[in-house]
Amino acid sequence: MTSQDSVLGISTAVRRGDTSAEEVVGGSIDRIEALQGRYHAFLHHDRERALSLARKIDQRRAHGETIGPLSGVPMAVKDNTCTTFGATTCGSRILKSFHSRYDAHVIEQLESAGAVVIGKTNLDEFAMGSSTENSAYFTTLNPWDPRRVAGGSSGGSCAAVAARIVPAALGSDTGGSIRQPAAFCGVVGLKPSYGRVSRYGLVAFGSSLDQIGPIATDVRDVALLLSVIAGRDERDSTSVDRPVPDYLACLDRPVKGLRIGMSEEYFGEGLDREVREAVQAAISLMAAEGAEVVPIHLPHMKYGIACYYLVATAEASSNLARFDGVRYGHRTPRPNDILDLYESSRGEGFGPEVKRRIMLGTYALSSGYYDAYYLKALKVRTLIKKDFDEAFERVDVIASPVAPTTAFRVGEKSSYPLAMYLSDIYTISANLAGICAISIPCGFDAQGLPIGLQLMGPAFGEETLLAIAHQYELRTDWHTRTPEVALSGR
Amino acid sequence: MASSLDVAAVRHVARLARLKITDAEAAMFAAQLSKVLEYVEQLNEVDTRNVPPTAHTLPVSNVFREDIVRSSWTPDQALHNAPDRHDGFFRVPKVLDQESS
Repeated sequence: MTSQDSVLGISTAVRRGDTSAEEVVGGSIDRIEALQGRYHAFLHHDRERALSLARKIDQRRAHGETIGPLSGVPMAVKDNTCTTFGATTCGSRILKSFHSRYDAHVIEQLESAGAVVIGKTNLDEFAMGSSTENSAYFTTLNPWDPRRVAGGSSGGSCAAVAARIVPAALGSDTGGSIRQPAAFCGVVGLKPSYGRVSRYGLVAFGSSLDQIGPIATDVRDVALLLSVIAGRDERDSTSVDRPVPDYLACLDRPVKGLRIGMSEEYFGEGLDREVREAVQAAISLMAAEGAEVVPIHLPHMKYGIACYYLVATAEASSNLARFDGVRYGHRTPRPNDILDLYESSRGEGFGPEVKRRIMLGTYALSSGYYDAYYLKALKVRTLIKKDFDEAFERVDVIASPVAPTTAFRVGEKSSYPLAMYLSDIYTISANLAGICAISIPCGFDAQGLPIGLQLMGPAFGEETLLAIAHQYELRTDWHTRTPEVALSGR
Repeated sequence: MASSLDVAAVRHVARLARLKITDAEAAMFAAQLSKVLEYVEQLNEVDTRNVPPTAHTLPVSNVFREDIVRSSWTPDQALHNAPDRHDGFFRVPKVLDQESS
């Protein structure tokens, strides 16, 4: 990969006039079209709109106007993010022809910084899944091995970056949906702290867990993108009013003296040997650079999945009640009455995983079960968060694997919902606790599949988190390796 | 906790959730959801006496804005995605029958 393929490289070149936004954006769209049949990363894209935005950037530059820090950078966005161009399908049949009347906050932020959103990427329906196999349209394949999944639910965004179709993308992360596909695809993915980025225009799944975050090929690009999308937006009352630092300027903080927490709960049964070794090697490398490795204990982490699948489904059952066939989305053709309109529109429009989660959440909230399931889960959530609060009094970041294995085969887990849920075991707690976490490449298994290192930091601790991730990256070359396809087709 | 769901219970929950499901789906969901419920049983191991619930992780409660009139969508914009519309309204089948209205 050349520096021209990174966000920073492209925006620098466009601002200097070494290349044009039109040329870069056009090249990216050509690549979508050339590779769509192989990886199915995109649900739709808009060539004309993208080229017209790119030309405007070139004209503004030619007229001597100041252009933004992402000028000419082609970007892909997960299709659960509202855009006024094209549809916003959420990977669902129920929203097949839904056209948003407004842009999400993050779209406004990206495009006012000069980025050009060229297309919308595939996902598990309503972001519910870990492989994109729950998309109503198709499964995104892994650019490192097309027999394997790209991960999920932001699999389309991560595959698009891994195949170097775009230098960067946005995903959303409710229980690991940015970090797990980033690990499977060998790219960098950040789940910001809850409240760091406005969720305005993100179609809600679990409102207390959802967070939008950047995906790119290195930590510098992720830091730059976070600086652009973070911050208070009054249209999301959970976006926090605190200053947005220049995250790029924070990256040079040295590793020496930083305390890295290591918890045995993240290295137990079920963890693949090669993944364990790669993650341990990464921690050893940071220790050799002067970081202090501190053993910590997170006793409630093992309850994360059970807690999550009650909290997230309860929130989802409430959020997805809005898809009733009345105001937007699919409506059954000949309803007998209003009840049949609701039930048939939803029955026809939602896929099996979404139905499962709506029912689980409805059950957990239903009369007679609320205390035993939902309220119990909220109390366990308090204990999970408390474990992290106590750990972060002693350490700056916590290191762990992202997922127990590398990318699994298409079809391997799709018939076993619980097995699929268990693959989220290392990522889910960060969402329950509201903390920030990043996935960065830290090796490959014997089959040549990428392995991800997860670093977790306290809420609003992105500066240190990104700095340590960047310092690791400076000392390794995992993130510079690309699947063969990345080098072809230019 | 009741750690299994039979087909009748699945049908009841589907009705609460306003989801039409087939007989095959009801049987499949009963088996799959029972497995998940069995798994979440492990939360009973945790002593949560005197532990407050956490519904969200931010130390904020209500967030207010000034109560001032702002521009909003026109009826046409609001109806843009409507599956069926009539005279500036969303059209749906009759909600109340003749006698009860």
